[in-house]
Amino acid sequence: MAARAMWKGVLQLGTTEVPVKLYSAVEPRKVSFRLLHEGDEEPLRQRMVDPETDEEVEYDATRRGYPTDDGRIVILDADELDALEPEPSREIALTRFVPVSAIDARWYDRPYWLGPDDDEEAYFALAAALAENERAGVARWVMRKKEYVGALRVEDGYLMLVTLRHAGEVVSADALEAPGGRALDERELKMAEQLVAALTGEFEPEQYKDEYRERVMELIEAKAKGKTLPKKRARRKTAAGESLADALEKSLRAARQAA
Amino acid sequence: MAKDESDVASEETPRLRPFWSGTISFGLVSVPVDLYPANRPKRVALRMLSPEGTPLARRYFDPEEEREVERDDIVRGFELDDGRMIVVTDEELEALEPAKTRDIDLRRFVPADAIDARFFDRGYFLTPAEGSNKAYRLLAAVMENTGRAGIATFVMRAKEYLIAIFAEKGILRAETLRFADELRSPEDVGLPEPAKPKPAAVKQMTTAINKLKKAELAENELRDEWADRLIALVEKKAKSGKDTVDMPEEAEAPADSDIIDLMAVLKRSLEGAKERTDERAAPKRAPARKGARKKSSSKAASKRPKAASKASSKASSSKRSNRRTS
Repeated sequence: MAARAMWKGVLQLGTTEVPVKLYSAVEPRKVSFRLLHEGDEEPLRQRMVDPETDEEVEYDATRRGYPTDDGRIVILDADELDALEPEPSREIALTRFVPVSAIDARWYDRPYWLGPDDDEEAYFALAAALAENERAGVARWVMRKKEYVGALRVEDGYLMLVTLRHAGEVVSADALEAPGGRALDERELKMAEQLVAALTGEFEPEQYKDEYRERVMELIEAKAKGKTLPKKRARRKTAAGESLADALEKSLRAARQAA
Repeated sequence: MAKDESDVASEETPRLRPFWSGTISFGLVSVPVDLYPANRPKRVALRMLSPEGTPLARRYFDPEEEREVERDDIVRGFELDDGRMIVVTDEELEALEPAKTRDIDLRRFVPADAIDARFFDRGYFLTPAEGSNKAYRLLAAVMENTGRAGIATFVMRAKEYLIAIFAEKGILRAETLRFADELRSPEDVGLPEPAKPKPAAVKQMTTAINKLKKAELAENELRDEWADRLIALVEKKAKSGKDTVDMPEEAEAPADSDIIDLMAVLKRSLEGAKERTDERAAPKRAPARKGARKKSSSKAASKRPKAASKASSKASSSKRSNRRTS
């Protein structure tokens, strides 16, 4: 079943245009609960209340405020906020193309698949060119009254646009100093390296399941049938009270046996 | 009582506590760590106000009884497809958490560049705790030397996370990853079968790409222009005194106490560990250093509007905590 595009835009590389449709690549599976009143189990309604009068304030009557550091609030009216909004546009402007590795994963926020919008030739030509050159584009666009910055990439032969966090929103490790101390023991380093090698494999994302979520759903299903779940807890591994070198050696032996 | 983010954020701490503390286990080697967010919140978080400018509070009402419900009388419910509501208590949810919620068990290492962009969710720094300095440095050194990332799942705050641990310049950081079933494939979305483009068309695209080729990403390109415009307007209005009201004390957002100067806290956590070389004789937790604290309160004393500066959030939080304790 094909999903509906959430937005349509045009990738703009200088004078070259590639029309695209945008689809969310994420489908959150969080178990969502409703808040209920204990006792009558009535779903609760949220209201915004003036704490001084305890009166509800209707959404349309609310205003917005920016709290300053000196304990004041600067009130911003709807028309002032409207004036700050970006001009609506279909343009996804590519400002530069950098090596894929130049965009650190920590900037990535949300991924969107791009699909061709009537021009498959241009779409797959751009995907092929990006893959060949191992480049990612930096894009800016306005979607639903908000400004976005994103990385245009190729994944599985398709174009993907990943929104990026804004400047200042990622703490760089460059400004931090690593913990120091005496030089590490060569033998321990070597054993640790062997242990990592013994545990190294492919990244197989399908192998990992949100087991907690599955247990929550099991509980809900059991309760729906009027049953209770038997108490089951994960095993606890005994803590190792030995030296780093001993622990490494034992781990290595265990890893080799398992392999 | 229902737990939510605001409960977590309302801790009255003058300094940023670790978001989570636990142990990375790597074979039989244990590395106690503290986890701190590596992402800062958005620069602008507007408050909702009454027409008179009073910050509004979120309250819960029972629509049947037309009255407010206290937090202690709130429970969680899951709505079944047939409309029935199943009540789930905090105790029941806690019992579902694995006993080893404090463990990040690294059982798989992968090439650090093997994880697709779409998996990455949020970033955290891991700092050595409880004197784990040596084991921490060993793990970081080995992962960096071999170009590997460690993969694990763990439960934090009633949610299970898939994480990738990376070592960079001797520092460990964790990125939460999306689970595979939370990602849609091109087929799920209904993208057409890839068509083989004509070489001439690819060449034309390459030319367009090359015209915009740069070696690096400039952070300046990621600037939040809307926040720039909004802060400029706020500063103008704050200077003229027009449309400004005093923040009522009780209305101060508790959520802000989490936005202390992250950098200072991280530096301290990494440094605190550096002072201890013997991994066994270490105290449980490095105490907050007085010097660092004093500095932030003196900053709070100098009144200035919350300008574009990120560091200013530190002043606001320590001021708030001062006010609370006085």
